[in-house]
Amino acid sequence: MTLIDLANPTRFLALSARVLPWLAAATIILLTIGLYQSALAPDDYQQGATVKIMFIHVPNAWLSMFVWGVMSVASLGTLVWRHPLADVAAKAAAPIGASFTFLALLTGSLWGRPMWGTYWEWDARLTSVLILFLMYLGLMALWRAVEDPSRAARAAAVLTLVGALNLPIIKFSVDWWNTLHQPASVMRMGGSTLDKAFLIPLLVMAVAFTLLFVTLHLAAMRNEILRRRVRSLQMMQASRVAFSSEMGTGSRQENASTGAA
Amino acid sequence: MIMSLGPYAWFIVTSYAAAGIVVALLIGWVIIDYRNQTQRLRQLERSGVTRRSGRSATDTP
Repeated sequence: MTLIDLANPTRFLALSARVLPWLAAATIILLTIGLYQSALAPDDYQQGATVKIMFIHVPNAWLSMFVWGVMSVASLGTLVWRHPLADVAAKAAAPIGASFTFLALLTGSLWGRPMWGTYWEWDARLTSVLILFLMYLGLMALWRAVEDPSRAARAAAVLTLVGALNLPIIKFSVDWWNTLHQPASVMRMGGSTLDKAFLIPLLVMAVAFTLLFVTLHLAAMRNEILRRRVRSLQMMQASRVAFSSEMGTGSRQENASTGAA
Repeated sequence: MIMSLGPYAWFIVTSYAAAGIVVALLIGWVIIDYRNQTQRLRQLERSGVTRRSGRSATDTP
């Protein structure tokens, strides 16, 4: 099956129905392993047990940017190739990405209070991630505000691509500015600075959350396709009702004019 | 084995609980939305509105 085949929503529904149970099972297994490894991970010599917050904070922070990246690719699909599933993919990803970004902010804040002595600091990393969260909400509001899905898709695609400029700012904010947030310790030149005792659970949790995203995204895309079918059937129903009432009015007028003659 | 979370247990437990709640809400949203859409499609088809292809809107090939 090629990408062109997947452009057909009916084929996509068939594929997602086959794949979703396997993806869900793999997600549950990996999440269980990741949580078990996180629970067994030793305390950090500086952070103590709060290092366990990292095992959910970091995957959510990665995914907050990754999901926007997926939406940006989908937006290119909408604007350049007019792929029929591109705007479905972008729209379905937004609430999931917003949830991951919310969790990244919340868990980061809960880690910051005992480690930094504050829940929030207006530094470059925290502020740029907050902007990302607000952009997710703005995008979801835009989808709801415009009734015609194809018009909403084009406007949302432009906004998504403009918002993608924030991704390098988030990533490099800790290098470009003097921030309270620590610099990258996993994805950096020269390799990870994390000990294996922390790195392995972190990577397992990152893969598990990524699988969770893929599973939820496919399911949300399937729902969006069904929602559009409901919309088109409702429009067909409304046009039939309008047509039949028009015909009824027309024949009554004809009868009335025949009677008058 | 009992895990010791030290003096910051509240922050750790709250973080994991929040993640659990948000993930559960996402899963619930996806499942409920799927049920709602398939139910609405079936209602429309029962009322005689069908796709131009003649196939059921909830069917997959």
